[in-house]
Amino acid sequence: MTRAETLLELDRISVAFDGFKAINELSFAIGSAELRAIIGPNGAGKTTMMDIITGKTRADSGQIKYGAHAVDLGQMSESAIAQAGIGRKFQRPTVFENQTVFENLVLALAHDRSPFSVLKYRMGRADRVRIDVLAEEVGLSDHLTRIAGELSHGQKQWLEIGMLLAQEPRLLLVDEPAAGMTPEEREHTTDILVRAAETRAVMVVEHDMEFVRRLNCRVTVLHEGSVLAEGSIDHVMQDRQVIEVYLGR
Amino acid sequence: MERTFLVRNPSILIFIGVLAVVTLGATLLSEGLGVGLLSTSFIKTLGKTLCLCLAALALDLVWGYCGILSLGHFAFFGLGGYMIGMWLMYARTEEIVSASLANAPLPATPLEIREAIGTQIFGVVGGSDIPMMWSFADSLVLQLLLVLLIPGLLAFVFGWLAFRSRVTGVYLSILTQAMTLALSLYLFQNDSGLRGNNGLSGLQNLPGADDIPQALISVWFLWASAVSLAMVYIISTWLMSGKFGSAIRAIRDDENRLRYLGYSVEGYKLVVFVFSAVITAIAGALYYPQAGIVNPAEMAPIASIYLVVWVAIGGRGRLYGAVIGAAFVSLVSSWFTGGQVPDLNLGFYTVKWVDWWLVLLGFGFVLVTLYAPKGLGGLVDMLVRRKEA
Ligand SMILES: Nc1ncnc2c1ncn2[C@@H]1O[C@H](COP(=O)(O)OP(=O)(O)O)[C@@H](O)[C@H]1O
Ligand SMILES: [Mg+2]
Repeated sequence: MTRAETLLELDRISVAFDGFKAINELSFAIGSAELRAIIGPNGAGKTTMMDIITGKTRADSGQIKYGAHAVDLGQMSESAIAQAGIGRKFQRPTVFENQTVFENLVLALAHDRSPFSVLKYRMGRADRVRIDVLAEEVGLSDHLTRIAGELSHGQKQWLEIGMLLAQEPRLLLVDEPAAGMTPEEREHTTDILVRAAETRAVMVVEHDMEFVRRLNCRVTVLHEGSVLAEGSIDHVMQDRQVIEVYLGR
Repeated sequence: MERTFLVRNPSILIFIGVLAVVTLGATLLSEGLGVGLLSTSFIKTLGKTLCLCLAALALDLVWGYCGILSLGHFAFFGLGGYMIGMWLMYARTEEIVSASLANAPLPATPLEIREAIGTQIFGVVGGSDIPMMWSFADSLVLQLLLVLLIPGLLAFVFGWLAFRSRVTGVYLSILTQAMTLALSLYLFQNDSGLRGNNGLSGLQNLPGADDIPQALISVWFLWASAVSLAMVYIISTWLMSGKFGSAIRAIRDDENRLRYLGYSVEGYKLVVFVFSAVITAIAGALYYPQAGIVNPAEMAPIASIYLVVWVAIGGRGRLYGAVIGAAFVSLVSSWFTGGQVPDLNLGFYTVKWVDWWLVLLGFGFVLVTLYAPKGLGGLVDMLVRRKEA
């Protein structure tokens, strides 16, 4: 991958929590229109990796370069990183529980986020249509006026995915989206992610191998904070080290 | 569009209706413009209560909506009072001094007048020089601007430092409390330039209004307070009902999540905090001319805590809740502490309400917190919902 095609590059990132190295010299790159699955056993550092990209956790060493100008995300605030086009779905679905589905989606729509332009914001037809389309896509059309806190776990997952799409990010980080979903919903989720990845970069963390297989994309295996293997799903599943990590202990 | 705004927020019409009835009714019963059934001091109490409601509304914006529990809002309230008080006191003293010097054989020079004013105002703290900060005190317009600017600036600097360092929760509350305490202690000093513990007094006498009776002035202030409260209520409802309000409530519920949506939470907090401080300052600037005196004790930490208790009892996160709480508790409080409530004789002990009122209030606060976290405003919600069902 040349620099021009690379959207995000992690260069020898390390993070320690109280001396425990959760991320260890991790290097990783993803293209600007690529779907990538991240797998690895519990505690491998998958969520922490997303924390570092989104500015929630700061790397102890290493660099994170983003975009054509290779800006260093390590120097930016969480909100600046999000404004630069990185959207995230959390492992535990986090939506604004006291607000309606509609309000949650409006907050996420890709518009200027400065206080005074939000103050002046008036919802136009285009946004109205956009929200209807998004709600349709995530199956919440009939729930727009409901308070998000009343939704089921699965519906909250969907709402968060809807919010993620509403942001129109250049890079989507999706942490275990299939948790709490029915098989049909999982299938639908893979469709959405595959389609999203046609025009942007999508990183998906998932345990469910069937799910990953359906994504039909390059897979990165994380273990003890570094990349253990990378390639097609069949390739990595035949890797001796990967088998050891997954089946070994 | 205006219609849909009102349709979506019916509380505005009800609120303004009730406020108008109370204000109009009080006016018709007043000594100043009506039949004289209500004493001037009662009209002043009513006007002051509306100012406290306004401050409670402002606190609700930061606490109930944005989740910032400010325990220092009376710093802004008091500062607003001081800023308008400076003009009231200076202009009024100037009038008196000029009048008395006019009888002297030689016409007084501006310098002599200035010195006489200085002695009049600062004699109590052993000075006669007019401090720098009184430079604009002869101009009503400039002092009115300072009512907005000084508390706004204090809120801006405080908020900028605190929010940028991501101080939240209890720590932020303690900082706000420290802010008002520090300001109060500073103003207690005689050389603070604001007459130390004497504060500014005689504020009920409007310069140039010598022949207008207090009975009439009190009605003016009642109306000014009511109109301000109504206007701020409408503006706040508008602010909190749109996307901006949605972002503010999102900060209260999960500010980190909002950051990952790309919102700079600090900027929003700062806007709301400064707005709230300025509203509180306006409330103070209307309150103290009705109270007649503002002194540093007004900014003691306990005052801001009372404000929080009112909002909690009224129900935070709903604007009418804050107003109901402030009106109800402060009126009941002045009733109890005014000694009008008959003592309760238990045989072995006599409950004097002047002393026991605080205990009752504290008890009420605990009860509301435990059993009715939505406060009195929550009862209104329940009634409305029952009617709809
Ligand atoms: N904030 C934190 N403080 C201390 N330890 C943490 C923190 N976040 C993650 N860890 C540890 O780092 C390791 C990686 O965690 P995580 O990234 O959540 O793993 P995964 O998402 O791959 O299951 C785990 O051992 C976890 O306990
Ligand atoms: Mg995880």
